[in-house]
Amino acid sequence: MKIVVASGKGGTGKTTVATNLARLASEAGLTTAYLDCDVEAPNGHLFLAPEIEDRQEISRLVPEVQAPDCTLCGLCGDICEFNAIVCLGQKVLVFPELCHSCGGCKLVCPENAILERAHPMGIVETGRSGRLRIVQGRLHVGEASSPPVIRAVKQSAPPAELLIYDAPPGTACPMIETTRGSDFVLLVTEPTPFGLHDLKLAWNVIKSSRMNCGVVINRALAGATETRRFCQQSRIPILAEIPDILAVAEAYSEGRLAIEAVPGMRRSFAHLLLELEKIAPGWRLPEKVRSDLNPLTQTGNASIFQDQPELPRPASSLCYLAKPKEGSRPADGRPGCAPIAP
Amino acid sequence: MPELVVISGKGGTGKTSLVASFAVLARQLVLADCDVDAADLHLVLEPRVHRREAFTGGKKARIKPGHCTACGKCEELCRFEAIFFDGPGNGPVPRTFRIEPSACEGCGVCVHFCQEKAIEFNPSVDGEWYVSETRCGPMVHAQLHPGAGNSGKLVTLVRSEAQRISKQRGGSLTLVDGSPGIGCPVIASITGASRILAVTEPTLSGEHDLDRVLRLARHFSLPTAVCVNKWTLNADIAERIEKRAGSDGALILPRVPYDPAITEAQRKGVAVVELGDSPASQAIRQGWSVLCQNLS
Repeated sequence: MKIVVASGKGGTGKTTVATNLARLASEAGLTTAYLDCDVEAPNGHLFLAPEIEDRQEISRLVPEVQAPDCTLCGLCGDICEFNAIVCLGQKVLVFPELCHSCGGCKLVCPENAILERAHPMGIVETGRSGRLRIVQGRLHVGEASSPPVIRAVKQSAPPAELLIYDAPPGTACPMIETTRGSDFVLLVTEPTPFGLHDLKLAWNVIKSSRMNCGVVINRALAGATETRRFCQQSRIPILAEIPDILAVAEAYSEGRLAIEAVPGMRRSFAHLLLELEKIAPGWRLPEKVRSDLNPLTQTGNASIFQDQPELPRPASSLCYLAKPKEGSRPADGRPGCAPIAP
Repeated sequence: MPELVVISGKGGTGKTSLVASFAVLARQLVLADCDVDAADLHLVLEPRVHRREAFTGGKKARIKPGHCTACGKCEELCRFEAIFFDGPGNGPVPRTFRIEPSACEGCGVCVHFCQEKAIEFNPSVDGEWYVSETRCGPMVHAQLHPGAGNSGKLVTLVRSEAQRISKQRGGSLTLVDGSPGIGCPVIASITGASRILAVTEPTLSGEHDLDRVLRLARHFSLPTAVCVNKWTLNADIAERIEKRAGSDGALILPRVPYDPAITEAQRKGVAVVELGDSPASQAIRQGWSVLCQNLS
């Protein structure tokens, strides 16, 4: 099961949800991997303190013109859509920071005068924190394009029953790259006007790619009514509400996991995992894991899943698009839909 | 014209709340919201849109199913894994290739090398941008279409339009609300700016991401200011962040305390400095006057 934790707005609690959920699932006996795809600002390691076992440099290819072979025909500059290579007078200039590494110039060069060299752009590290497997990416400072590093993180995913992807904020290509090929998207929001506005933007992305999703409302307080109403109207299930407790924010500030630092949070995240099982298409937790989690949700005095009398939470069976639970992602190329390709 | 760009590395540290307050305090200001994929400044400043333009970011390739012979050259050459063998059949071949628009980088390599000339390559509309009036002055803002690329280009466009308006109207400052992260939209919003303001929060994540954003500012040799928002959450980390940034040469602004007034202002659709004399409002006013002294 591949679950992406995403949000339109930054700072709503993606990393909080992703790291706590990953730790809890791995402790419950599920083979779990946490993948930090927020490669511009990766923070999961601050909470999970992984032991790094492998480190891989990620690079992109940029052209290098072999001057003796170049006839200054200018075809390389003509094909480049990004002005990253230009033929000026007696010289061909390359601008690596504008290059998208499509390889067009090399392919088009009739003299085979263009070679490609690897330009380092980031690193991907794999390791573990207890039983939890960790993969994290880090874009080098000054590099503009994060999707290739995100792709490399995803390609390094270890085999696991549950893969949790911590996505970058926003709705642009880095977020799309992270959600591509996943089974379920968990949108984390906060009940503020900014949070709601950006939730709607993220929802538009998810909707147009016909992915399954649910919402976690973080820092939920009285003002969450609007957010709940939006979720109900759009038929997005709310899977959890994390209350606005100072202790959670304090634990976060010091890099401690809420399930370890704040009483009641373990129960809340156990509940979230069980809710996810109910709603994520084609996912069954092993019986042993479920029987370990169930008692957790019945003890303690957490306030996270309080019933909200003013607006009942949508039933978790109200899966987006009312798809049958057994049905997994729609097949690529289905008429009338633009699926995110695997 | 000086241009102040507010960024943060980590999201949700309070960039937009600070920018809205600065906008209220400043005079002869032009605003640019460069968080083009999740813009929020308009929720506070209620812009009246005067001009609305489509943003054509780049091109997208599309295979004309009737012309495709399914030779597979395009799939072989595409480095962005954007081409799938699941297009409709067309008589001679039972299946054709299809380009997934969200994965297409717009490089045109498939277009150039398709022997059947079966691939179209047209400009794609990736968003909209607007020129508006607000109670604090003109504002240029934009909305990238969900999932679209080319955010850096749109940021550059928004900034240059704001600069143009500023020149035209004799503005004294362009104030830019940036996006989180350190990637392409952030780089596009800071190159050539007069000063960067990095807003952070006293958490390990805030500290870690500030470090990356300050390295980015140094990479482009830009003078920097740092403001710790919500400092009461963890005074020790706030102290550590300021010490470190100060010793690296950043201008340290007065800290802003964690204050429910900031969320309350957001709910009312006003800047926190318009809401009365809250602790956050006082700190932001002080911070603004420090910034002004250092901008001129």
